Amino acid sequence: MPNPFSISSATEDDFAVIKLDGAVDAHTAPQFEEAVQKVIDDGQNNIVVDCEKLSYISSAGLGVFMGFVEEVREADGDIKICGLSEKVKQPFEILGFESLFHFCPDVASAKEKFSEVTNWEDAY
Amino acid sequence: METVDKKFTLQVPSSTENLALIREFVSSAAKQAGFDEKEVGRLELAVDEACANVIEHAYGQDVSKEVIVRARLDENEFSIDIEDTGKGFDPASVNQEELEQLINKRKTGGLGMRLMKTLMDEVRYEIEPGKKNALHMSKRLKKD
Repeated sequence: MPNPFSISSATEDDFAVIKLDGAVDAHTAPQFEEAVQKVIDDGQNNIVVDCEKLSYISSAGLGVFMGFVEEVREADGDIKICGLSEKVKQPFEILGFESLFHFCPDVASAKEKFSEVTNWEDAY
Repeated sequence: METVDKKFTLQVPSSTENLALIREFVSSAAKQAGFDEKEVGRLELAVDEACANVIEHAYGQDVSKEVIVRARLDENEFSIDIEDTGKGFDPASVNQEELEQLINKRKTGGLGMRLMKTLMDEVRYEIEPGKKNALHMSKRLKKD
């Protein structure tokens, strides 16, 4: 059974955009984790995760967002999540991600969101 | 009217590679139960989380083991049973800290069980160390 998944990263302007395509589960989440780690290792802490083509995500994928967000915020960056469909958004909502992450409709609005100052410490 | 229970069984090697197949199996069975697309998605997620725990924790990625998923549909509910003979655990010991605290401590554990408990009407573990671990989950059917 194929588990169609692909991931691509690109640096645009002063942002890294990671595009997820397909299903992020316990099998594919390590690829997502590697991609985020590489972006951070390359010195980019403003990260947009484009979920427009994401068809499914389980807690293994959500854990990747949680595992890196503190690190990039300490470096004055952030991870913005964009393009989620209503169906794929469900696990994010159930776990309460909306109070701890910015959700944006698309990559452009996610980039704009970086100009806003958010004191995430208040959320913790 | 007399109704007939429907039973579906899937048996696959214990590998995360098979999670997509497990989701497809659950999706097909849940559609027969008449759940809408959103509810089918929720059931797929709950079973995926449960099986990922078995594959990664109970069997420690040992692909010689097998994961068995049994779905059952009767007139009242759609139920899923997942059994394994791997390493057991104490469900009460699973991290239930708030998301904020988990992020602060850079921990991600316990999310799967939290999702399962939210997505399903019933989640029940029976752990017999060294013998058998069983997880029973169910979702009531909506009556018109």
